[in-house]
Amino acid sequence: MIFLNAFLIGGLICLIAQLILDCFKLLPAHIVVIFVVLGSIFEAFHLYDKLVDFAGAGALLPISSFGHSLTHAAVDAAVNSNYLGIFTGIFDLTSSGIAAAIFFSFLIALVCKPRG
Amino acid sequence: MEKEIYKKVLNEKKIKRPIFLNAIKAFVVGGLICLIAQTILWLFKDLLHLEKTASTSLMYIVIVGVTAILTGLGIFDKIGQFSGAGTIIPITGFSNSMASSALESKSEGIILGIMTNMFKLAGAVIVAGVVSAFITGTIIYLFR
Amino acid sequence: MKYVGKNSAEFKNVYLRAASTISGPKEKKGPLGQYFDYSYSDNHCNAENWEQAEIKMQQNAIDTALVKSGLEIDNINLIIGGDLNNQLAVTNYAMRDYHVPYLGVYGACSTCVESLIIAASYIDAGFGENILTVTSSHNSTSERQFRYPTEYGGQKPNSMTSTATGAGSAIVSRSASTIKITKMTIGSVVDPELSDTQDMGRTMAPAAASTLRQHLEDFKIKPSEYDLILTGDLSMYGADVLKGIMAEFDCPLGNNYNDAGLMLYDTKSQKVFAGGSGCGCITLVGFSYVIDAMRKGIYQKVLLIATGALMNPIMVAQNETIPAIAHAIVFERSNV
Repeated sequence: MIFLNAFLIGGLICLIAQLILDCFKLLPAHIVVIFVVLGSIFEAFHLYDKLVDFAGAGALLPISSFGHSLTHAAVDAAVNSNYLGIFTGIFDLTSSGIAAAIFFSFLIALVCKPRG
Repeated sequence: MEKEIYKKVLNEKKIKRPIFLNAIKAFVVGGLICLIAQTILWLFKDLLHLEKTASTSLMYIVIVGVTAILTGLGIFDKIGQFSGAGTIIPITGFSNSMASSALESKSEGIILGIMTNMFKLAGAVIVAGVVSAFITGTIIYLFR
Repeated sequence: MKYVGKNSAEFKNVYLRAASTISGPKEKKGPLGQYFDYSYSDNHCNAENWEQAEIKMQQNAIDTALVKSGLEIDNINLIIGGDLNNQLAVTNYAMRDYHVPYLGVYGACSTCVESLIIAASYIDAGFGENILTVTSSHNSTSERQFRYPTEYGGQKPNSMTSTATGAGSAIVSRSASTIKITKMTIGSVVDPELSDTQDMGRTMAPAAASTLRQHLEDFKIKPSEYDLILTGDLSMYGADVLKGIMAEFDCPLGNNYNDAGLMLYDTKSQKVFAGGSGCGCITLVGFSYVIDAMRKGIYQKVLLIATGALMNPIMVAQNETIPAIAHAIVFERSNV
């Protein structure tokens, strides 16, 4: 069931983004920033965790989950220690993704050649 | 006077994007990528019995890695042209933006090229994420 | 040179002695592939990176033009050239190997005709016997400078035009030959207040219309005067806008109008979105097919209008619109 939900929710988020892209003639940078901020805002209402439980990767993969993870980790760290936790804990959940992206991008750039 | 005519003709001959078709393509490819990711997640969590956060991290690492490889092979931009937001919105877009920027700047060397330019396109995402997390996080913390 | 009207001039004794075209593989596969002097099988052109590839293409174009004209580099009194890269990097570096006086010009995609206008003017004024022009564009150097890295997965919309990978060189001379360069019109900057960097064709159409109308007005002629009116790279949507604007001014374009962006590629089978663009676009079409057709007597009088979008990514990010310019030059078949 969660597989179907992943497909549907993931697809739906992408569909909404595509519609905004085409109707408002925005660039990829604009749409990604919008969705990251939306993911962060949804976290305020604790909605994103429910979406993750429902759709799994369908909610984890879109870039909105990046905003949600950053906010979630920042709040958790702030609640568990003190307000400084907002800064110290913000990358707790997303560090693996960013580190992997940096490492793999570097490797690919060393090994491959742009094809145009 | 000429400006009015230019504006008039440009307004009359606006370009129509295939909005409906683009939306369907984004839905299908985006959904498929999430389905594949869910399968990978299931593999790590339910088949290999790894802990939840570890499985999620591993899923991200796999998706990021595969995207970087496809970017390097020159395949990803073709998929991206087809699916638009279907590949930009999932973390594939983030990984591709970093890999393609790094790869393109290869000719300027490792330090001044690859390292300096890696975050040219992805910087916006990280800055937006951290700033909004800071603001939203502070609000949640104050009202908890 | 005789100054005519507001923006134009007539030349007395200026000829196009030879022209060369060097293309990439995609252009070779297009409808005019057989007309190019040489085509690389890969956009890297056996060079280390994209910029070196474009330098190589330019030098190849210059050397080929010299061979075709029967001249040596010592016979060239002046080189005028340009490309799309920042600071005209490609042309500047290509010039290192030729110790000839050099003027670099930037007109975006109108550089081809801009350099021809200046070359013809200098010849008519008596600056030597032979002046060489060179211009080029490369899909990857253009994409990575103006838009995104070449492997980026962003979706290009259908309004986008595909920058041509090609270089061309012309030798403008005082000695008589089949093709005479007779008239020119210099365009002024026209800003239709559009800011979509992926819709260059429509952005340039008003500039093309402005220059075309000024040309017709200065010389008191109609579009039917020419066997072919060729714009540089308005492509599908821009050409449509140009026809609409000319119709609004009661000066409709007939079947003698075409656009190099639509001629260079087979827009149906090749992935070029709305058509071709870049300095190389009108260069590849004009210096190969059009000249060939003129030599065969198919065209007697041709008007080339190269269009350039004067786009700067920083200005666009500062919410500025994109101005454009178009320059025109006339080739006529002489009875030599």
